[in-house]
Amino acid sequence: VIGALSLIFQKHPIHSALSLIVVMVALAGLYLLMGAEFVAAVQIIVYGGAIMVLFVFVIMLLNAGLEEHTSMSKLAGFPGILLALALTGFIAATVARAEIPQTANAGKIPGSLSSTHGISTAIFSTFVYPFELTSFLILIAILGAIVLAHRERH
Amino acid sequence: MVPTIYYIALSAVLFGLGVLAFIFKRNIITIFMSIELMLNAVNLAFVAFSQDSGKLDGQIFVLFVIIVAAAEAAVGLGIVILIARNRQSLNVERVDLLKL
Repeated sequence: VIGALSLIFQKHPIHSALSLIVVMVALAGLYLLMGAEFVAAVQIIVYGGAIMVLFVFVIMLLNAGLEEHTSMSKLAGFPGILLALALTGFIAATVARAEIPQTANAGKIPGSLSSTHGISTAIFSTFVYPFELTSFLILIAILGAIVLAHRERH
Repeated sequence: MVPTIYYIALSAVLFGLGVLAFIFKRNIITIFMSIELMLNAVNLAFVAFSQDSGKLDGQIFVLFVIIVAAAEAAVGLGIVILIARNRQSLNVERVDLLKL
């Protein structure tokens, strides 16, 4: 997975988009491994299907060529790489110190609880309000996309 | 069964790579893809913790994150197309309209 991920650092946007698809599919496989079938299916459908088609379409539409290698501004580059490494290290240190009290429930869930049935029950009972909010969010996003695409016509 | 800590470590690495790509890339589409990468890293951590704690809340949050990511990608790519039409460039350093 990490090997597929390092492909992200490609020059051409099409190449990095394809490698991003590889990463999505690998993540879906990991979800399946963890017993989250529904999330894996949604990941494949939404990410591997819709979003990546959108990306590839936009790349083709805009005819994006090679990324011009502008001076990279060493002043911002060096602290940037330091900062990202520090962030990763910080997350790792926090996780390592947290000492997860595991193996109590691990391995027990796959099967019945983690199935689509449990997720749908929870979504329509406990999480009804956020669920409806996300539908409004989707509607607003559709409207925004339509407005953005329509304006330059006249 | 793979221990949760490996999933969390992988998630941290993915997030770090996303941050790196976000900082270093000059192409606006690639920057969007790195944002998607970071969202995926967080999703992986959510599912890992959900599996670890035996509750389903994490997976439901992952669904919400995916929905928001889809909406964000739609609007963001619309904005990208507009910017590219107006500027004839995908380089973020050319988008300096707000600069004094």
